[in-house]
Amino acid sequence: MAEIVAMPKLGFDMAEGTLVRWVIAEGGEVTKGAVLAEIETDKATVEVESSAGGILYRQLVAEGTAVPVGTPIAVIAAPGEEVKDLPETGLEAEGAVPVAAVEEKKAPDEKTGAAESAGQKAEAPEVPAAQPAQVAPEGGALRASPLARRIAQENNLNLNQVTGTGPSGRITRKDVEKALLGAPAVVTPAAAPLRPVTAAATLPAPSWEPGAPVPADERQPIAKLRSIIGRRMVESKQQVPHFYITSAYDVAPLMELRKQINLQLPEESKLSVNDFIIKAAALTLRQFPNINASLTDKEIVRHGHVNIGVAVAMDSGLMTVVCKDADQKPLRTISQEVRDMAVRARAGKVRPDDIEGSTFSISNLGMFDVEHFVAIINPPEAAILAVGSAQNVPVVIDGEVKVGMRMKATLSADHRITDGAEAARFMQALAGFIENPLRLML
Amino acid sequence: MARITMREAISQALWEEMERDPKVFIMGEEVGLWGGTYAVTKGFYDHFGADRVRDTPIAEAAIIGGAIGAALTGLRPVAELMTINFAFSAFDHIVNQAAKMHMMFGGQMVLPLVIRAVGGGGRQLGATHSQTPDAIFAHFPGLKVVAPGTPADAKGLLKAAIRSQDPLLFIEHATLYQTRGEVPEGDYIVPIGKSTVARPGKDVTIVTYSKMLEISLKAAETLAKEGIEAEIVDLRSLRPLDMDPVIESFKKTNRAVVVEEGWKSFGIGSEIAARIYEEAFDYVDAPVKRVAQTEVPLPYNHTLEQMMLPKVEDVISAVKEVL
Amino acid sequence: MEKSDYLNLYHQMVVIRRLEERAAELYQQGKIGGFLHLYIGQEAVSTGLISARRPEDRVITAYRDHGVAINCGLSAKEVVAELLGKATGCSQGMGGSMHMADVKKNYWGGHAIVGAHLPIAAGLALGDLYQNQKAVTLCMFGDGATNIGYFHEALNLSKVWNLPILWVCENNQYGMGTSVERASAVSEIRQKADGFGMKNYQVDGMDVLKVREMADKLFQEIRAGSGPQFLEVDTYRFRGHSMGDPERYRSSDEVHRWQENDPIGIFHKKLVEMKAAGDAELNHQADLAEQEIIEAVVFAEASPEPTVDVVFSNVYVEN
Repeated sequence: MAEIVAMPKLGFDMAEGTLVRWVIAEGGEVTKGAVLAEIETDKATVEVESSAGGILYRQLVAEGTAVPVGTPIAVIAAPGEEVKDLPETGLEAEGAVPVAAVEEKKAPDEKTGAAESAGQKAEAPEVPAAQPAQVAPEGGALRASPLARRIAQENNLNLNQVTGTGPSGRITRKDVEKALLGAPAVVTPAAAPLRPVTAAATLPAPSWEPGAPVPADERQPIAKLRSIIGRRMVESKQQVPHFYITSAYDVAPLMELRKQINLQLPEESKLSVNDFIIKAAALTLRQFPNINASLTDKEIVRHGHVNIGVAVAMDSGLMTVVCKDADQKPLRTISQEVRDMAVRARAGKVRPDDIEGSTFSISNLGMFDVEHFVAIINPPEAAILAVGSAQNVPVVIDGEVKVGMRMKATLSADHRITDGAEAARFMQALAGFIENPLRLML
Repeated sequence: MARITMREAISQALWEEMERDPKVFIMGEEVGLWGGTYAVTKGFYDHFGADRVRDTPIAEAAIIGGAIGAALTGLRPVAELMTINFAFSAFDHIVNQAAKMHMMFGGQMVLPLVIRAVGGGGRQLGATHSQTPDAIFAHFPGLKVVAPGTPADAKGLLKAAIRSQDPLLFIEHATLYQTRGEVPEGDYIVPIGKSTVARPGKDVTIVTYSKMLEISLKAAETLAKEGIEAEIVDLRSLRPLDMDPVIESFKKTNRAVVVEEGWKSFGIGSEIAARIYEEAFDYVDAPVKRVAQTEVPLPYNHTLEQMMLPKVEDVISAVKEVL
Repeated sequence: MEKSDYLNLYHQMVVIRRLEERAAELYQQGKIGGFLHLYIGQEAVSTGLISARRPEDRVITAYRDHGVAINCGLSAKEVVAELLGKATGCSQGMGGSMHMADVKKNYWGGHAIVGAHLPIAAGLALGDLYQNQKAVTLCMFGDGATNIGYFHEALNLSKVWNLPILWVCENNQYGMGTSVERASAVSEIRQKADGFGMKNYQVDGMDVLKVREMADKLFQEIRAGSGPQFLEVDTYRFRGHSMGDPERYRSSDEVHRWQENDPIGIFHKKLVEMKAAGDAELNHQADLAEQEIIEAVVFAEASPEPTVDVVFSNVYVEN
């Protein structure tokens, strides 16, 4: 009676084995326990022993075939025995394609078609839920505790009409109960933003004397750099969906620390405010890989290196020099590198390495007494930080108006890569470094 | 009702159980001649003899493995680990042998085993000797874990543990040994796997156990002066975990703070908070707050060590945050 | 020993051999899950050792435990059923190949963490000492286990407390694929017992009668209060460490050399030479063993799966 030899399980986690080599040819004599074939598992090459004696009537799989455990691989028969109803394996060897299968292999466009339609389906926009729950907020931003939601639902109260007094404006049981009693919900006025008093700029010397003839229009061909900047900025502003987040940072400790450090440093090595910002941004980017990113046609690339591009103003335009791995460099190194690169850029001796590979950019106009401004993203980067001046402004501390040192910065970010909440968290995290500048020295 | 220390309560429980049942015996490092490094077994060696109060080599795997074997023969060993920090040297025997054997052999092996171990920080013993790894042990089904916060519970729980048929880790807190409390007269047990309301209140639920019960009670006193009535649930057992009093209290207060001495991540507080969200979501009026040890190996320096451990003020401010 | 004793030993050894051969097939058919460690080649060790024990003596071993189960008196049926994870298995299908036990027969299990059962064995012996039972605990382990801390803690404790325990190292030459020479500071493992001031012996583990003789002597001495003793048994596993072992660490020549010393073949020849039994009688025992295993497989395959309540009801005794 014929005996079927199946792919044995040779380890607790073995699901399939590749039949590497037949040791016994079809028609060859086998004894029980003789080695029939060699198989390779993901761990080792092992031998398959015959579970019966007789003649190797048929090899059911070709060498090189991956065979699931339990699938028949051979038929052992008694000498002279005819075996009908050979078992089917439905398996093919990798690489070596049996002739009979070629046609079949060519044909199946169906498969590809199916894959495509599946892909399309996946890309189709999600259908919004038909009926929002009664208390679900429009836009989904409403904060309410589960208990508040339940009480509101039980009382047919629309939570959109309730003002929350809990942390972050969360609606709690108290608010709902008050609303149900008909009491006017407490309104928390948003703190009015403080307008900082800017120092009066000294009047620039007039470029022409009153009474002198008005100069004629001057025409200048567009320089190469100017035209590159122009093209890239148009591209960026037109194609990148920018959004902007502005934060004000308490920079009093930073200014004090900088003063202390610079007392120790020679004139040519003094640290600029921007050096601190570069380091702070770089360390923050380490925590926000999605902002230290760029967009290609197909994917978002989250960069491993944190390379900060620093915009350098030149007579002929603007150039971005790149401080590589700024998160890992000490402040003085950052300062020295940026200074050297800026000097080279202004001298027209910039090296390719100076301007390549930035993953995030900073533009600082603080030296021009700018309160704040917004910058255009330097594609393909995800964001750029525009830094204003550190200014003395009135701030409210413990209910009293005091003088504080504040610096505003605005992040322009690519909405295709990141969203407002993440960008806002970035700006918050940035405060952790800017406002605790000792962390930049670690 | 007598007013005794936690140390006396534990000692009494051991003594009474050894008097009651000759199958009960103690084994561990310095439990005999020395009288126990925390003096819990002082006087036992002279009274019960070297066979029943067995000094072992400093070999935690042998202590716990040996106790497992003895328990399998029907004895009721109380194995003492000098501190819970040494349990890691016997980790396999606690979580991979004791916790598995009843189940893995189809119910035929029974291990009436008690492991006593003292834990906790605050004594300037440095990072290796100051841990509260209760959650790690409570993670394993098959093991029971209890950690009393009062002398009365300590005595009753230890007696219940010694009479229990299952392997059990009994966690004591070193800075509670001197704590005094009322203890019922006579023989009594506190059931394993039952939480209890240690202080009634209506405004917020504080869930805690062991040393942190003391801290939480102090916080509740201060809060009461400000008109905030905290209800405190003492878990007492970490596995099996009895959530009923917690959920019942939470449905009343809608706010909870969980106070534990161990680290916050993957801890008791995480478990309690998750269970509250799962079992009482519609009663949640504020996020559950966890008070726990700062996530650092504990420093030796006294001031810094205290800074890292949960304090009364931490509990108070956490309560105010959820109110 | 009587003639029936010899036949009984022979029968047990063949049952183990057939059981393990059948287990390998069932494993390859995917009917046995997890790990499977076969005892083929080592049958004389546990057969000889356990034949010398009394019912009150406890036996505990590592994960190569099917043969030990048979020698302790478990039926092939409940062993095969456990391999198949059935409710009728000796551990109700909860333990599998590595976790077989029957405490009523004083078989305290197969244990799967290398060396971890040695301190537990010390505890079993402590239980008997404490309760004044004149019983000996037989603890078996592989050569690999003598390199782990548990071994040293347990042997030390047993000597310090003078526990009635017989430590038996089944030296099958390899801890998984690492030879004794490559893993142990001393290749004569019994020397390790010297470090604990423990009497130690060595015996040929391919000869069941030699093992039996040695075990008789040691059980008697320990029962009489000698304290723990140590025995190294030289043996060899003919199959890989577990199923799927590529066996790159040893040559087939080496395997064949040992296979010429097949413990069943040696015993067969010896019994005929001693005129204790004839070929026909021994072949009849082998047939009976074969029949027993066939029936065991039929029984196990027909047995029900365990129900889920077996899981939940056995996490704790008291819920």
